[in-house]
Amino acid sequence: MVAALTLAERQSAIAISALVAMCGLAMAIAGSDDLLGAHGVIVLIFGLGCSALVMSRYFAPEPSEERLTRYYDDPIRVGIILSLGWAVVGMFFGVWVAALLAWPDLTFDAPWASFGRLRPVHTSGVIFGFGGNALIATSFHVLQRTTRARLPDQLSPWFVLLGYNLFCAVAASGYLMGVTQSKEYAEPEWYADIWLVVVWVVYFLIYLRTLQRRKEPHIYVANWYYMAFILVVAVLHIVNNLAVPISFGQAKSYSLFSGVQDAMTQWWYGHNAVAFFLTAGFLGMMYYYLPKRAGRPIFSYRLSIISFWGITFMYMWAGSHHLHYTALPQWVQTLGMTFSVVLLVPSWASAGNALATLNGAWDKVRDDATLRFMMVAAVFYGISTFEGSFMAIRAVNSLSHYTDWTVGHVHAGALGWVAMITFGSLYALVPWMWNVERMYSPRLIEVHFWLALAGTIIYVFAMWNSGIIQGLMWRTYNDSGTLAYSFLDSLVAMHPYYIARTVGGLLFLLGALVACYNVWMTIRSAHARLAAGAGEGDRPVPHGAGAALQPGE
Amino acid sequence: MDLDHQTLVGFAKSWGLFYLIALAIGVLVYALWPSNRARFDRAKNSILDKDDRPGD
Repeated sequence: MVAALTLAERQSAIAISALVAMCGLAMAIAGSDDLLGAHGVIVLIFGLGCSALVMSRYFAPEPSEERLTRYYDDPIRVGIILSLGWAVVGMFFGVWVAALLAWPDLTFDAPWASFGRLRPVHTSGVIFGFGGNALIATSFHVLQRTTRARLPDQLSPWFVLLGYNLFCAVAASGYLMGVTQSKEYAEPEWYADIWLVVVWVVYFLIYLRTLQRRKEPHIYVANWYYMAFILVVAVLHIVNNLAVPISFGQAKSYSLFSGVQDAMTQWWYGHNAVAFFLTAGFLGMMYYYLPKRAGRPIFSYRLSIISFWGITFMYMWAGSHHLHYTALPQWVQTLGMTFSVVLLVPSWASAGNALATLNGAWDKVRDDATLRFMMVAAVFYGISTFEGSFMAIRAVNSLSHYTDWTVGHVHAGALGWVAMITFGSLYALVPWMWNVERMYSPRLIEVHFWLALAGTIIYVFAMWNSGIIQGLMWRTYNDSGTLAYSFLDSLVAMHPYYIARTVGGLLFLLGALVACYNVWMTIRSAHARLAAGAGEGDRPVPHGAGAALQPGE
Repeated sequence: MDLDHQTLVGFAKSWGLFYLIALAIGVLVYALWPSNRARFDRAKNSILDKDDRPGD
């Protein structure tokens, strides 16, 4: 990896790593009597580790000019592995917090293992760790292939990938120590937020610089989605994290917003994080890997453009549906509700477009678990966007809000749509990246598929049941006009469902472990083949539509 | 001009409507414009039939 960098890039890499290490040292000194100091040490170790890695291969021979006739895939390979690693970590914490709700003693009396600290490790671990790394890795792949241009340089992709993972590591370790600004999906404190802005700007510049050098006249629609994801997440992240730290030596900061403005900003951010991180980015994935794997072009390219602009402009207004029946002005709530309902049109256009693409290739869906992952993802995308529009209606929300129904809805999207399309795309991508014909074991992909589907269905049905029971118990009055059930009554009624959701989550985690093993063995067999001299260097084998269609894969 | 809450609400409620409709019309015209068809057809097929090398 380091040997593929030019000498100038190696020097820059060492300089940047040293700069990061120095920032870490400054944080460690300034925050020596605060939790900021612990994060300083983590940043310092990370910076030193990166520079040591580059220095260890500093005198390796420079790569030849021949590399410019190939795509630059090293960061993609590392991104795939990081993504799967975070998947296991994030899902493990998910199963743990699910189990905590059923068996509260599982904190083992450790402060760091309390529910409030573990839960954000789960949410950030799966969304940012698993999803984010998969988005970065696949975006570099899709970007190069659809523009037929190599990434502009070999350093900035590493900066984005490793810098992003430093952010994830700081975030997750902070939660366990109790560092949080208590905003959903935006928990990391000011110094981590500033770092992410730097990383994100470089990410966007990579996109622009590659597009500038593209060899295809038209920018393929998947790139539009990836770019919307990068650009909008930057805007959301900056605005929602406007805050003033107590001092530069302390982790704690206070938001610039207060009261209902703060709530509105947070849910404008929160819902658009769902829209642009968990939807637009993964739609970009779907618009490339699904047609590629099915060997058929997307059903309607025009529809994909119309739904792109529909999703981009309507999602921006939907966030206020998280604040029905609050101090938020009524018309803002109605606005959010209306846009959420209208959003169903572009959402179903995308889901329908994906399924219509498969029309005529259903035999491949039957035989190929990888393609089936993507098909099920499109179905769950359709289901959860319908459910989301429905739940945003104020009257429905009066039943569903604050109950487990919301949790069920989120997981229908997160497990059924986001994770399924990611695993499908990764199973398609891994053989291409390691120059092998197919994954190590198609049968294990099949096992993973059924574990994931069973886990999702058990989880979602458990939460639908528990949410509706909960909502009904909270609004049932007796003859004298007081509540018929205490909160504890509803809690007792939840217990069996909490056990069921732990089982569902556990099945999903087992599936992710199977995926890790399968990818690991694929990489090992690729290396073994290289060592045996069967391949020549790490030249990619050309893969057209034909290579993607191994029957029984 | 006094930029108070009511002014902003009025602006959002009126011009918000117009620009979203204008945008929708613009997108539909672009997507359905007949001469763009060849461009889109090329784009959707090109991801399937290229070898794994950057273009020249």
